[in-house]
Amino acid sequence: MNNKLYGNLIFELSHPGRRAYSLPENRFGHHPLPDACRRAKDAELPECDEMTVVRHYTNHSENNFGVDNGFYPLGSCTMKYNPVINEEISSLKAFTDLHPQQPVETVQGALEVEYNIQRALASITGMADVTLNPYAGAHGELTGLMIITSYHQQRGDTKRTKVIVPDSAHGTNPASAAVCGLEVVEVKSTPEGLVDVNDLRPLLGDDIAGMMMTNPNTLGLFEKDIPEIAKLVHDCGGLLYYDGANLNPLLGAARPGDMGFDVIHLNLHKTFSTPHGGGGPGSGPVGVCEKLIPFLPKPHVIKTKEGFAIEDCRLTEEYSTADNRIGGYLGNFLIILRAYTYILSLGRNHIKEVGPLATLNANYIKECLKDDYELPIDTLCKHEFVFDGLKDKSTGVTTMDVAKRLLDYGYHAPTIYFPLLFHEAMMIEPTESESKDTIDGFIKTMHVIAKEARETPELVKEAPHSTPIGRVDDVLAAKHPILTYRQLIHDMESEE
Amino acid sequence: MNHKFLPHTNEDIQQMLDRIGIKDLNGLYAEVPESIRFKGDYDLPEAMSELEIRAFFEKLGQKNSLLTCFAGGGVYDHYAPSVIPNLLSRSEFLTSYTPYQAEISQGTLHYIFEFQSMIAELTGMDIANASMYEGTTATAEAMMAAFHNSKKADTVLYSETLSENIIGVLKTYAHFHGVTLRPVKAEEGVTSHEELKKQVEAGGVAGVIVQQPNRYGIIEDFTGFADTCHDKKALFIVNSVASDLALLKTPGEWGADLAVGDIQSLGLPMAFGGPYAGYMCSTEKLMRKLPGRIVGKTCDSRGQRVFVLTLQAREQHIRRQKATSNICSNQSLMALYATIYMSIMGKEGMKEVAQTSYDAAHYLCEQLTATEKAKLVYDKPFFNEFLVQMKERDAFFDKAVRNGILPGIKVDDDRLLIAVTEKRTKEEIDTLVGLL
Repeated sequence: MNNKLYGNLIFELSHPGRRAYSLPENRFGHHPLPDACRRAKDAELPECDEMTVVRHYTNHSENNFGVDNGFYPLGSCTMKYNPVINEEISSLKAFTDLHPQQPVETVQGALEVEYNIQRALASITGMADVTLNPYAGAHGELTGLMIITSYHQQRGDTKRTKVIVPDSAHGTNPASAAVCGLEVVEVKSTPEGLVDVNDLRPLLGDDIAGMMMTNPNTLGLFEKDIPEIAKLVHDCGGLLYYDGANLNPLLGAARPGDMGFDVIHLNLHKTFSTPHGGGGPGSGPVGVCEKLIPFLPKPHVIKTKEGFAIEDCRLTEEYSTADNRIGGYLGNFLIILRAYTYILSLGRNHIKEVGPLATLNANYIKECLKDDYELPIDTLCKHEFVFDGLKDKSTGVTTMDVAKRLLDYGYHAPTIYFPLLFHEAMMIEPTESESKDTIDGFIKTMHVIAKEARETPELVKEAPHSTPIGRVDDVLAAKHPILTYRQLIHDMESEE
Repeated sequence: MNHKFLPHTNEDIQQMLDRIGIKDLNGLYAEVPESIRFKGDYDLPEAMSELEIRAFFEKLGQKNSLLTCFAGGGVYDHYAPSVIPNLLSRSEFLTSYTPYQAEISQGTLHYIFEFQSMIAELTGMDIANASMYEGTTATAEAMMAAFHNSKKADTVLYSETLSENIIGVLKTYAHFHGVTLRPVKAEEGVTSHEELKKQVEAGGVAGVIVQQPNRYGIIEDFTGFADTCHDKKALFIVNSVASDLALLKTPGEWGADLAVGDIQSLGLPMAFGGPYAGYMCSTEKLMRKLPGRIVGKTCDSRGQRVFVLTLQAREQHIRRQKATSNICSNQSLMALYATIYMSIMGKEGMKEVAQTSYDAAHYLCEQLTATEKAKLVYDKPFFNEFLVQMKERDAFFDKAVRNGILPGIKVDDDRLLIAVTEKRTKEEIDTLVGLL
């Protein structure tokens, strides 16, 4: 990473008359677009030569920090290594150059990939079948909740309009429930950080569509009462939903299907190594138990005697639970292909080592740092854990300050101020990709920062010092929104 | 343990276990009830070496046919400059997270600001967000935004000329979200303004969704549509093919309140359906109703012009159960793809691509109809895609596929939806015509 801000916008490098493209001569004769259909003015897009464009985006990239640059202990995000072979396979023309509406007999290889990973994910999670259509984790949550709602509606059980969500849940859970038209009921956590079964019991009734859980939860703790919770939810007629954001530590250790979950979503960009790409594209497959298979969204890939086929929606005037469509085609295919490559690279045996090693790394960091950082719940964690800021709070150095100081030392910050259960939450997830050497280096740095907080607190409070930019003015951005280059120019002109 | 993705030696593991104070890796799961511990084997193949993986996918790839593509339906085979995949593979872009830590994410934040700026230019709208999953779900988000924008009205109208998969997604989202969704009839392949007026004036309409070019490739005339909507406080929502907007009258010019669509047409690989990205734009007035991520300008503690994720109070992770959308990411890397595409093609190249596609499609249409074996279904202006009727549709389709050509998308029993881009040569087009 370059520690000096590059800072240009492509529009500022543009000169009329320059071009960065070449196209073959138009040999089709001129067919004029009717004037009534034509835009009045051209879109003001940049005009640059090719090298200017290449340098511009290369320079942008150098102000970015990725997993390939250094350690990314970002809690709940599972920033593991993104294997390069995944990129090679997903750029093969035999996969990139397929139109989604090609006849099935011309895309048997692509359908085989989809079918095989449906089966692989079903086996890894203990579910009966999987849809790959959801484009992201949040989209998977929404799809899963639609499946739950469809199941109840199909049975005529229409008063189930509530979904239970723990107070420690990711913010997406209640938001997905709201979009699905469900009312959220919050269940409290115990002081030990687990779902409070006694608080749960009175919430259960014939108006409950289901309950959403993350296991291990957002504190990195395994919800050990899960068999009892599953029984309680099922006894009241509800279904149990598994948020797969934290599946990584369970590889080789436990499966959501065996715990009693009816519907799950996975984040291929977390557990299955596909790159985060600065915020997407992701992929959020959804798995279901046997009785929910009819409610999987369409299209869906199946295996027949004649080869692989696509079950599609029937075209009906009325809405039908069997014809839910949640996207254009069969999901983010090239992301799915990357995840399949990862699964094949690890294979049956090594994939089982992922969970224990991710868990080992997290517990090791926790044990090594709990003398300097406040550990509110001191127990075995899974893939991640949460500190409640520095132990010594007398200096006024906050979690935000520690996070920013880490940037100076070449680390990405942990997830901060989440979960909301602790004021100074700092959530650390190392993943299995990191070696003991890297982790020891991080631990040493965290001790150094704690020492700095005691001895030279201003140094930490004013961090970062060695990044391309200093702390940003969030308030200004929201109070006076400048969201396009046109607005930026207009704003500069009105200031003059 | 000995795998290239797993760095731990046995010695490392032992030292770490000792520090934690447990005996073995199994002990890390001591609290997991025995009844739910997984003790079996996953139904997966053994680990493959990199050479074996290459061979495996090579073989799988051979089961696909690469066809000369005349299919569209929302996904178009446009030319992609070689610069793009090269820049996209830079791991600072590829392997970074959502740019929450602005200090080490200015690369991402700058290009998203550029993306928003270019998409706003292209659509003629005031602002754009940082991108959506893809076009169909972006349209559903627009439907929900209209629903929430209205205090009383709960109905959203959509034109029957929307693509089938968009209608499917709208129906699903509407059902669960409590939106009453109603079709507006088409006449001669275009949305009936008459019918639209009648339904809007009946009241209770929060928004109206149309598509440009529509499901048949036709360029619709939306004159008066925005007024019809605005008279009754309904939002006018236009879904467009991004690349065509280099020439076409923009959603902004049609008076749209929200503009949505897919950016696949900006040179993105067809990739058997994804990843693509959607775009979503609005007027300044609706800025705070726009779902998804937005990047804005600000300054840092050193007085530099910098960019940051902003207006986050709108977003689901803050609003939780009060959220009106659960979108909590964008499709950054695909937005970067489109941004570099628009930088490379630039102001002139974007127009040239659109015009050449337009000319090539009209050339093919002339050639096909001249044989008198194919007839244009609707006599309306079209862009680079058109619907023909042919008696021997299936025989022609199969013959084309046998000759390595995907001649279009089958519609009904005897129709074919054909799309042409600047990537098709005259020889390819003439070959296709020769098969008829």
